Amino acid sequence: MRTFAYSRADSVEHAAHRTTPDAAFVAGGTTLLDLVKLDVLRPSELVDINALPLKSVEWLDDGRLKIGALVTNTDLAHHPEIKQHYPVLSQALLAGASTQLRNMATTAGNVMQRTRCPYYRDPAAACNRREPGSGCDARHGLNRLNAVLGGSEACIAVHPSDMCVAIAAIGATMTLSGPDGEREVAFEDFHRLPGDTPHIEHDLGDGELITAITLDAPLVPAGSYYLKLRDRASYEFALASTAAQLSLDGEMIGEARVALGGVGTKPWRCPEAEAALVGQPAEKATFERAADIALRDATPLEHNAFKIPLARQAIIRALREATRLARQTGEQEGQA
Amino acid sequence: MNDLTQSALTKPRVVGKRTPRIDGEYKLTGRAGYTGELHADGMLYGYPVPATIANGVLESLELDDALSMPGVVDILHHGNFDTLHRSPNSMAHGDMVNEVRLPFEDERIYYHGQYVALVVAETFEQSRAAAQRVVARYQMEDGAIASLLLTEAEGELQDGAGASRGDPEAAFGGAEVTVDSTYHIAAESHLQMEMHATLAEWRDDGQRLIVHESSQGVFFQRNAMARVFGIAQENLEVISHYIGSGFGNKLFMWPHAVATAVAARRLGRPVKVVLPRQQDMTGGGNRPASRQRIRLGADRSGKLTSVIHDSTTETSLVHQYVDTCGSATPSFYACDNVSTSQRVLQVNHGTPCPMRAPGEVSGIFALETAMDELAVELGMDPVELRLKNNAELDPASGLPWSSKHLDECLTSAAQRFGWDKRDPVVGSMRDGDEIIGYGMASCTWSAGRQPCEARVELRADGSLFAACGTQDIGTGTYTIVAQAVAELTGAELSRIEVKLGETGLPAGPLSGGSMATATVLPAVAAAVRDALDAIKEVAVGSGGAFEGSDADSLDVERGGLTDGKRHVSFAEILGASKLSSVNGKGSAAPGNERSEYSFRSFGAHFVEIRIDPGISRVRVARVVSSIDIGRAINPPTARNQVEGGIVMGVGMGLLEKLDYDPRDARLINANVADYIVPTHADAPDIDVELLDYPDFKHNEFGGRGVGEIGLTGVAPAIANAIYHATGKRYRDLPITIEALLAS
Repeated sequence: MRTFAYSRADSVEHAAHRTTPDAAFVAGGTTLLDLVKLDVLRPSELVDINALPLKSVEWLDDGRLKIGALVTNTDLAHHPEIKQHYPVLSQALLAGASTQLRNMATTAGNVMQRTRCPYYRDPAAACNRREPGSGCDARHGLNRLNAVLGGSEACIAVHPSDMCVAIAAIGATMTLSGPDGEREVAFEDFHRLPGDTPHIEHDLGDGELITAITLDAPLVPAGSYYLKLRDRASYEFALASTAAQLSLDGEMIGEARVALGGVGTKPWRCPEAEAALVGQPAEKATFERAADIALRDATPLEHNAFKIPLARQAIIRALREATRLARQTGEQEGQA
Repeated sequence: MNDLTQSALTKPRVVGKRTPRIDGEYKLTGRAGYTGELHADGMLYGYPVPATIANGVLESLELDDALSMPGVVDILHHGNFDTLHRSPNSMAHGDMVNEVRLPFEDERIYYHGQYVALVVAETFEQSRAAAQRVVARYQMEDGAIASLLLTEAEGELQDGAGASRGDPEAAFGGAEVTVDSTYHIAAESHLQMEMHATLAEWRDDGQRLIVHESSQGVFFQRNAMARVFGIAQENLEVISHYIGSGFGNKLFMWPHAVATAVAARRLGRPVKVVLPRQQDMTGGGNRPASRQRIRLGADRSGKLTSVIHDSTTETSLVHQYVDTCGSATPSFYACDNVSTSQRVLQVNHGTPCPMRAPGEVSGIFALETAMDELAVELGMDPVELRLKNNAELDPASGLPWSSKHLDECLTSAAQRFGWDKRDPVVGSMRDGDEIIGYGMASCTWSAGRQPCEARVELRADGSLFAACGTQDIGTGTYTIVAQAVAELTGAELSRIEVKLGETGLPAGPLSGGSMATATVLPAVAAAVRDALDAIKEVAVGSGGAFEGSDADSLDVERGGLTDGKRHVSFAEILGASKLSSVNGKGSAAPGNERSEYSFRSFGAHFVEIRIDPGISRVRVARVVSSIDIGRAINPPTARNQVEGGIVMGVGMGLLEKLDYDPRDARLINANVADYIVPTHADAPDIDVELLDYPDFKHNEFGGRGVGEIGLTGVAPAIANAIYHATGKRYRDLPITIEALLAS
């Protein structure tokens, strides 16, 4: 580990002004400290933001829910408003990492977490994301864990978050605070596709700090489901995952939201698949068609081709389960 | 006479009874000092710099930046390393090593993670930071072989590693029913909890070397290091009081220990090296990948007529390690025509070494999967097929078994599992989205024993002391030694102190091969008896508590002696004679029984898997096992060994694989997130029965050892269950999601 300066920010404005270009904010540190120890990230300065007042969860007047950047993954997963109105987010959070990591990890930190591509994490390997222009050892290497959606010649690294997949399905707005004041960015625009510049991972300027994520108003009445497929039962990143939400209009699908994890270079919302669900009967054939549409552009590599049929299975099963839950909700409301 | 020494054989009071670990309190409270936690005055920290290529030449090392960093004291490398004596490597001489190439011996790079330098600094963090600043330049060469699984190369045939009887080729050719299948198993990591660690300190002006090592064999390490450094064994002490497991990769000396001791000598200060997990996985040992072909021939009734088992495993370019897959095969089933062969292929990765049930666990996967294939060919129940071929004598030696109850293991486990509810039709058992598969396999491990010495003291303060230079690698050796002493003296367990893990103690065995229990306890018993003789002599002597009595008339009871009327404690006897203690020395070794009987444990695993084909998910739901290990000296820790083996078997069957990049042989998943082992959530319901048939032909305590057998047979039982669920035969481990999707 290289030496670095350390300071503690006592206000958002303060945090934004004190940082130098290769400074990093540190909250839970679950990704950052790991990568510093591996000599992958080499910040000259760490600005500890844990003292900032960004730990609340509150409803806005327009029916949206605003989550402070420093709310821990554990607190968010077990928050009563989240469990009741955004269960898919709670499920996704609890499918990620381990209890110990979730206790430390924060909402904004989760958004900012780095890829688990093994070549990114190894300073001796070629990686355009870590070292622009050095090449990509994953493309012709052991790319089992890499992306089948959104990749480029330069990079095929998966965005590893579960939480972000659920947030992509829900829809959200990021609040960023920087030297030039506050601005908002749609969640789906925050993470960037790698293209020719995989080292630019997101839409965050120098000194800018994520202060909140505001979730779109919940779908009602709806069923939602997060399904994560992986080798073992716990503590592993997704090979393929799906966050599905839908509302029912009788036997027909009203609204639908589908996002994928483990397969894309960013949290992967599937608007065309959603469109193919709306107004259609909530049944297997519909789900299969939507899954095929969602994966239409998927590009396999030598070792990750299985992710395409696996993601297809994840979409179909998650939609089936979301439908089942939507029916249950509907029945309960009917009884009430 | 008494007494207790006889009752230990037949009606034990402590042995065979649930006994809490006597070192448990130390572990729970953090007082048990593991090597990596130890501190010595003036100690420095070493951090190895690992090669980032797997094949080529180290051209240069740029050290200036690293040397100028805070706290850095020295950097050792090929250009400045001490000249040492060539490494020994002999099992017979007790100085076998895990990697015969000494560190920094030449500038050639043979595997990813090979040490190219050792940075020594005042703190751990400084040593790591400086190690990351060392710039190594390499001339990389093509042609690295990343894995046995990625080449057609056959490897070199190992004379003496195979066996043959009858005419297996002819019998196979003439068999009514045959199976001919090839199996592959990926290389695995031991992934023991505690990483390799050495703390080396030279004393007496560099005349004496004290080494703390997380070691499964302190005497082997001492003997090897003494020869490498050219010093007398008496001037070298290796200490290993607590070990966070090893699974075989801490049996013998590795290069990091040599580098650490050289650094300590050069700098005149103690030096500690704890390998980071990445280096522990690249250069600290692995189970080699294997390729095996099994040919079985049988008649229509299911009687085996031919077994041919040909295996190839990996070794590194710097050490010859033979992981003999077929070693159990000649003894497994009654069959007149059997042959095994073993080849070894050199590959460009870190040296493999024994890993829990070495060789046999791989071989049994192939053999027990092939037996399931044969059962399918025959239309026969797989349990019945195994019972039909049960060997009443050891078919390899022709000797009777000392004690064998495989048939009972098979029937008992089948009954508890509910095997009779199995519908043999593939895919016929369903539950919602899931297909249920039932599978089973037999398991086995040889029962070995080594020579051993021990020492026991009975002390005037009422305590008892036992010492042996073996190790407790976390399996409970401290406790069973105390149990043996308590059994033979009638003393309270809480009064017994046990010392292990030092070469200054009487010579003890490796903690490996499931041999330690059967090896150590008889020597401890001999030492106890010697001490009891000594205290009787004191008691009947002049001024003694039983002055004038006949020593033979005294019985041992409740930590003292009795003549039937009066009980006097050991402490009182010693006090009366103004003695601090009496000493007993003992030794024990296997004897003629080895030429009269064959010694081997057997058992059976029954597995229920559940596959959800809609999401390509397979999970092991439950495992029911019956294992015959003779007497379990401490049943909870014995059971724990089998349960741990079963969980490890789930990893071997479904998850674990060291991933070497085919292009350059670099290990890309050298961390515990990407190298997938079972989590708690993956652990099935486990029901282990330990049959209780003490094997007194093996040793007077009747135990045969339990460290390895639980792992053997688990992976094939899983694969056989998956076949039952899906109709697809999986012959390659691990059985991955992509393999399931391909079916």
